[in-house]
Amino acid sequence: MNKKLQDKMPIYEALQRYKEMRIVPFDVPGHKQGRGNAELTQFLGEKCLSIDVNSMKPLDNLCHPVSVIKEAEELAADAFGAKHAFFMIGGTTSAVQAMVMTACKRGDKIIMPRNVHRSAINAMVVCGAVPVYVNPGVNKELGIPLGMSYEDVKSAILENPDAKAVLVNNPTYYGICSPLEKITKLAHEHGMLVLVDEAHGTHFYFHEDLPASAMSVGADMAAVSMHKTGGSLTQSSFLLINNDMSEGYVRQIINLTQTTSGSYLLMSSLDISRKNLALHGKEIFDRVMDLSNYAREEVNKIGGYYAFGKELIDGDTVYDFDVTKLSIHTRDIGLAGIEVYDLLRDDYDIQIEFGDIGNVLAIISVGDKNLAIERLISALSEIKRLHTKDQTGMLDHEYINPLVEMTPQDAFYADKKSVLMAESVGEICSEFVMCYPPGIPILAPGEKITQEILDYIAYAKKKGCVLTGTEDIHIEHINIVKR
Amino acid sequence: MELWYTEEHTKNVRFSIKVDKHLYSSQSEFQRIDIMESYEFGRFLALDGCMMLTEKDEFIYHEMMVHVPMATNPEIERVLVIGGGDGGAVRELCRYPNIKQIDLVEIDQMVVEACKTHLQQTACDLEDSRVNIHYEDGLKFIRRIEHVYDLIIVDSTDPFGPGEGLFTREFYGNCYKALTDKGILVNQHESPYYKVYAQSLQKAHERVEGYFPVIKLYNAHIPTYPSGNWMFGFASKVYDPIKDLDEDRWMALDIKTQYYNADVHKGSFALPNYVKKLLMKA
Repeated sequence: MNKKLQDKMPIYEALQRYKEMRIVPFDVPGHKQGRGNAELTQFLGEKCLSIDVNSMKPLDNLCHPVSVIKEAEELAADAFGAKHAFFMIGGTTSAVQAMVMTACKRGDKIIMPRNVHRSAINAMVVCGAVPVYVNPGVNKELGIPLGMSYEDVKSAILENPDAKAVLVNNPTYYGICSPLEKITKLAHEHGMLVLVDEAHGTHFYFHEDLPASAMSVGADMAAVSMHKTGGSLTQSSFLLINNDMSEGYVRQIINLTQTTSGSYLLMSSLDISRKNLALHGKEIFDRVMDLSNYAREEVNKIGGYYAFGKELIDGDTVYDFDVTKLSIHTRDIGLAGIEVYDLLRDDYDIQIEFGDIGNVLAIISVGDKNLAIERLISALSEIKRLHTKDQTGMLDHEYINPLVEMTPQDAFYADKKSVLMAESVGEICSEFVMCYPPGIPILAPGEKITQEILDYIAYAKKKGCVLTGTEDIHIEHINIVKR
Repeated sequence: MELWYTEEHTKNVRFSIKVDKHLYSSQSEFQRIDIMESYEFGRFLALDGCMMLTEKDEFIYHEMMVHVPMATNPEIERVLVIGGGDGGAVRELCRYPNIKQIDLVEIDQMVVEACKTHLQQTACDLEDSRVNIHYEDGLKFIRRIEHVYDLIIVDSTDPFGPGEGLFTREFYGNCYKALTDKGILVNQHESPYYKVYAQSLQKAHERVEGYFPVIKLYNAHIPTYPSGNWMFGFASKVYDPIKDLDEDRWMALDIKTQYYNADVHKGSFALPNYVKKLLMKA
């Protein structure tokens, strides 16, 4: 990385010049630098609206970058050690989909863990790729899915030599990393691409004490959620490519689904955050790690909670652990993670990332302060003091091995009918069911519905998880494939 | 040349004091600290541009925070003061011979140092042998304490800066835990008048509720605080501040005060209708 060049922010600078030119706009957007929508301008600020502009020669065009966006993308590529970086404004979802759709066309196989984000399976519904699921290991005590074991990936590769790619979470939502470098080497030996979902791993690129990043181990593509832990605006991300990936072809794939009106608010936020991380990432993530390690120690001192960390590392399904993730196991105080998550918000005005059946997750990032951490720790200690319950009858598993009967695309577009959830045992599901967050499907199109899965869904619903994915907004009916 | 200190009490209301000299100014890890000498109010301390105390009217605030709980339960022996690095509350506490221990938890050491140098009027008793100063976040300090203090005084800044954590439910819950069975919690409760302060007051009130069987609010007139009308919260596990006020016993202590007396004590709990209404909404 060339630190001197990283000081530049081409999109930001072009927007500054644009403002100085005092252009009279007879193009879209129709709010005309905010003047046409006083209430919105009052709310978001004049500065913000004045740069909410359309593509034009001095500002380049995201669909076909030749000047300032191109330059900004090159700087981002340099910062992340990639061959090229694409500015993505449709969230990391769009980056994950671009990866899958670049690697696979209809009928192509792709190897992935089942605990992928919905965006990966959505991409298969769109492009018709066929998933080969690798069962991620499960930590029984914590009830969380882990990473993929090297041996499991190896068998999947050997059994499916025609697969086009392997998709890896780096890390999972809970901060767990698979043996990415070994998997990459193996996949490459078998002529497969390695696609990495780094929605939760932006910071890996900026500190040597954090787990290895996709680009550093030679993976081919990575979806990096700059907005999650890197400080840019919601919905802004990077798609990184490496090795022999063709920049032009990937851009064509991106343009299949991407807006032609790329937001300059999002793009400038990527540009500015990239500079910040490139120049100050080391200090920033030093502090973030200190904060989360401190919080982990203090939470564990409260007792009853288990804020897990590097002790889980086993060289395989937990190859490495991202210490900036404050994942806390709550079942020993008799509360489901989702219950602690709700109490924190309702009683203490603290919003954390998610709560599932047995755990909560707090994201510690570039924007956190010591005082806020103290509030979180104190609130957890109060919740334990006031709400501890007997833990009998609590569900203790999280990962259910899926029975894939059809490809996601075939099942999604098949003739289907809607039946009551309880009456769907043994049928093939035609849609998604998931808790959001984390957005990891409990059922995906093409999978067999079992009693175990229905029990899990009912339990999650009862505990207050927000379920989503089905056509029926009340999640009482489910679409099944007509036989 | 004229030098004026101006503070925005709201976006549309300003309060200004003519200043003679700017004695001290620094930026700590937590906030900007200023001490100035004025013609009307003597020396005064401002944190992040908010008036904390002036030599002329600090007696009202500090007497009301300390003597109201102390007269309600003169048996108090162990006291925790959170915030209050200027030493004013500690000074009033030190006048009670039967108090054995005063722990002061102030997040910002620079406030204490600055007050020791420039505001001896309030910082005068910080060296008393009963006083232990801890430079720590109050929320963190109290988390580890159970069943120790008879009285906790929360002498915090407004809830928009480093004082934020001291207006939260987790803090009040931890205070409850740190108090003995007869414990009392007194906290500065903002002002009912201007909207943003009134919201803080409502929130603070709402969050103390549920923990303590006795919760009362009382007020005092503090000229340099926004609107002049300032409120305090009295939360207690047993004692009622009016029914249990032991007038004769307090009088026997012969503590000379400028604002506080038994009549003010009782009268301060009388609330205007608009404040009652505000609290009903909380």
